[in-house]
Amino acid sequence: MEHPIQTDYLRWIVLLPLIGAALNGLLGAQLQKRVGKWLISIIACAPVVIAFGISAAAFLKLKALEPEERFLIDHVYPWLHVGSLSVDVSFWVDPLSAVMILVVTGIGGLIHIYSTGYMHDDRSYWRFFAFLNLFTFSMLLLVLADSMLLMFIGWEGVGLCSYALIGFWYHDHVNTRAGNKAFIVNRVGDFGFILGIFLIFWTLDAQGHATLAFREITKNAALLQGQMLWGVPVATLATLFLFLGATGKSAQIPLYVWLPDAMQGPTPVSALIHAATMVTAGVYMIARLNAVFSLAPETLHVVAAIGAATALGAATIALTQNDIKRVLAYSTISQLGYMFLAAGVAAYAAGVFHLMTHAFFKACLFLGSGSVIHAMGGEQDMRKMGGLKKYMPWTFWTFTISVLAIAGVPGLAGFFSKDEILWQAFSSEHGSPWLWLVGVVCAGLTAFYMFRQLFMTFFGECRADHHTKEHLHESPKVMTLPLAVLAVGAIAAGYIGLPAVFGPNFFGHWLEPVLGGGHEEHASAALELGLMLVSIGVAALGILLAYLMYYKKTLSPDVFASLAGGVFYRLFDRKYYVDELYQKVFVGGALKLAAIGVWIDTNIIDGMVNGTARLTVFVSWLNGLFDNYVIDGMVNAVADLTYWSGGKFRKVQTGSINGYLYVILGAVVVAIIIKLRYAG
Amino acid sequence: MEVGTVVFYLIALLVVASAAMVAFSHNIIYSAFSLLGTFAGVAGIYVFLGADFVAAVQLLIYVGGILVLILFAVMLTHRITDVQITNRSAGVVPGLIIVGLLFWLLYETITTTPWAKAKEIAYAATSAKIGDQFLQSYLLPFELASIVLLAALIGAVVLARKEMKG
Amino acid sequence: MEITLTHFLVLGAIIFCLGMYTVLSRRNAISVLMGVELILNSANINYVAFAHYSSGGVDGQIYAIFVIMLAAAEAAVGLAIVLAIFQIFHTIDVGATETLKN
Repeated sequence: MEHPIQTDYLRWIVLLPLIGAALNGLLGAQLQKRVGKWLISIIACAPVVIAFGISAAAFLKLKALEPEERFLIDHVYPWLHVGSLSVDVSFWVDPLSAVMILVVTGIGGLIHIYSTGYMHDDRSYWRFFAFLNLFTFSMLLLVLADSMLLMFIGWEGVGLCSYALIGFWYHDHVNTRAGNKAFIVNRVGDFGFILGIFLIFWTLDAQGHATLAFREITKNAALLQGQMLWGVPVATLATLFLFLGATGKSAQIPLYVWLPDAMQGPTPVSALIHAATMVTAGVYMIARLNAVFSLAPETLHVVAAIGAATALGAATIALTQNDIKRVLAYSTISQLGYMFLAAGVAAYAAGVFHLMTHAFFKACLFLGSGSVIHAMGGEQDMRKMGGLKKYMPWTFWTFTISVLAIAGVPGLAGFFSKDEILWQAFSSEHGSPWLWLVGVVCAGLTAFYMFRQLFMTFFGECRADHHTKEHLHESPKVMTLPLAVLAVGAIAAGYIGLPAVFGPNFFGHWLEPVLGGGHEEHASAALELGLMLVSIGVAALGILLAYLMYYKKTLSPDVFASLAGGVFYRLFDRKYYVDELYQKVFVGGALKLAAIGVWIDTNIIDGMVNGTARLTVFVSWLNGLFDNYVIDGMVNAVADLTYWSGGKFRKVQTGSINGYLYVILGAVVVAIIIKLRYAG
Repeated sequence: MEVGTVVFYLIALLVVASAAMVAFSHNIIYSAFSLLGTFAGVAGIYVFLGADFVAAVQLLIYVGGILVLILFAVMLTHRITDVQITNRSAGVVPGLIIVGLLFWLLYETITTTPWAKAKEIAYAATSAKIGDQFLQSYLLPFELASIVLLAALIGAVVLARKEMKG
Repeated sequence: MEITLTHFLVLGAIIFCLGMYTVLSRRNAISVLMGVELILNSANINYVAFAHYSSGGVDGQIYAIFVIMLAAAEAAVGLAIVLAIFQIFHTIDVGATETLKN
């Protein structure tokens, strides 16, 4: 760690997508018209693919080093050196960011390739890819940044691109509103993030270690211990602010409301930004600053509680949704909740592991749903689908594999990562059986709603109208190939992080230099196996229920919907009324505040003014009496005098600016002369 | 005389001559163009005073920005072909008298006041120091300046645009 | 003969007086603005000259930069006003726009 290896190629991982974005953004419209869409595709896809190659090279280089020395850095140029603040533009790769850049460039590259098929008929083809590349650039900047300030730029950048891409089809007002919502809600989180940065910088500055670089912060994190601000430990306050930022970007309670609406964007965007990469930024940031977070057990409790609550809340909402993408959106929120649950019990490696496996199967699910939507001619309602299995076999099989993976079927990626989290939630020193229980319930719910989606979309009778049915077709190769690759990932990615009872956890060891060792104490292998069986059982129960309800149709979903008088169903269906609540409290609150301001203005301030006026009227009435009877003549004389002199003086107010200036300057000159005469 | 002194007098002559042109020319376009000489000359004076950064800013903002703006305004408010591009003066004689009096006073003050002297007169690059100061002692004015500029920007747009509704 | 502080101050005074004369005597609003720019430039020369010869820091230069910044803002708003006046009165003679008088 002390002597990082200097390189000069990491910058290209970040710069290549930027070049692609610049080319497509500035020249794209012309290129598309003059040359054709194929050139746009190459300009967009090539940088990401090459960046993946460089990332892989960096990864291999890192792998060849000793675990303690796995650290590459690329100083590009010194950026800010002001006072005690000094920030460089430099990129670093350590085991954690190596995993992230592989995910971002790898899955991002696949999604780029997929998009060339999905967006093929769009008029603004070039604009789409310019933003997609810009997003990839920002995300890589966020991941590779070696200081919090640089990370913040990437953090803002991904938010901006997300906004631009959600509202990509801006002709429809709904889409632009969704974009605005995402941007504004994210802004609330960003505000917390930047306060957290300030707080850490200030405190370390006061201790004589002013820095924003992650490496230095990690090294000096101990200095934050025992520092207080307003009676609260600084570490707790700062991490809470940072976590607020994470809830915004990663769609956790209370700031998750933007993600379901973000589904208004094109489906590849949902896959890339709102499932695989950007929304994991919060998890990455917490893992990156794990040294600081570990100092604040209170924050960790909050993180774990919010993670668990989000996982449960979003999973229950997903049960009732009928829009194919909204189910996936809530599923994403729920899975992100798992990751925060892991971070909250200080099992950062498990969180990052789930982040990675989730990226594979969720990207595959989104792209698969995109393929379905593409075939259905834009239809997103699952109630109008069904029986698509025979029309689109590739999409069906890849989708099925991903559903099995996310549902936690043993042997697939999702099983291993989810189980690792559940085990850590149970056994870690910050964990508790309650967190485990919530996690297991969520696993069951996840299995249920994912299989519900699978059955509703691909099995049974086709419920589409005749016209749509005629056009049903498998998507082109550029779309199915990425699906296949992602499906393979969804199967295989789990085997690099096997639970301890089965074999070596390569993933955990890989991240150990950054995130600290896993909890190797092992209460007992039997307990771990037992818990694993419980979660498998719960998942199987969920799958069985979905099978009975939506495949066999022997069990009516209405039975469950009407439980407890349908209260739960309505609650889930209306998403716990959170949108309505926010509308009332924040939007309505702001309006109320304005109304109060108006009231104060009309009643109190105007009242005061009116009161003064009335008083004046009264006094002048008295005055008038006095005038009329006592000094009428005198007043008249004064009034006449005033009128007369006013008439004379009126001529001075010429309105001529030159005239005024003459007077002013003349006065100044006279004043200086007098001053000189009497002073000198 | 040294070369430096000669150069100073040349620049000063340029500045004064073009400023006089601004003040006395009857054609507003000549006035506007001779402003270029003044601004560029003042930038040269800054270089003489060891203020490299201010000189660069002067060139960028005055010559590149304000002057162009003024020229635009001149062109937009006068038709070039119009004969009447005159620059009517008012009250030449009283103006000259009062300004002459002012100059005499200023000259007296300048020559008779014992000005403080710096310990050493340095000719070093100042950009780094100015940047440091902007982010330390002058942070608040610096931020305020950005707000003022924003307000001016919006204000200028609001004022200059054509009213949409008749 | 060595160049001293006095030289710069006298130069500043000359520019100031020329600017003042422009502002006083011109009836064209744009000319008035040009005069104001001259005055601001003369003030800047003084700032930088004092910073160089008297105080020895960069403070004077920073004031000069602020003045330049404000001059830019002033020019932008001022010229926008001139344009607006031109649209309404079809002249930019400062003497002609005296509707406030009545």
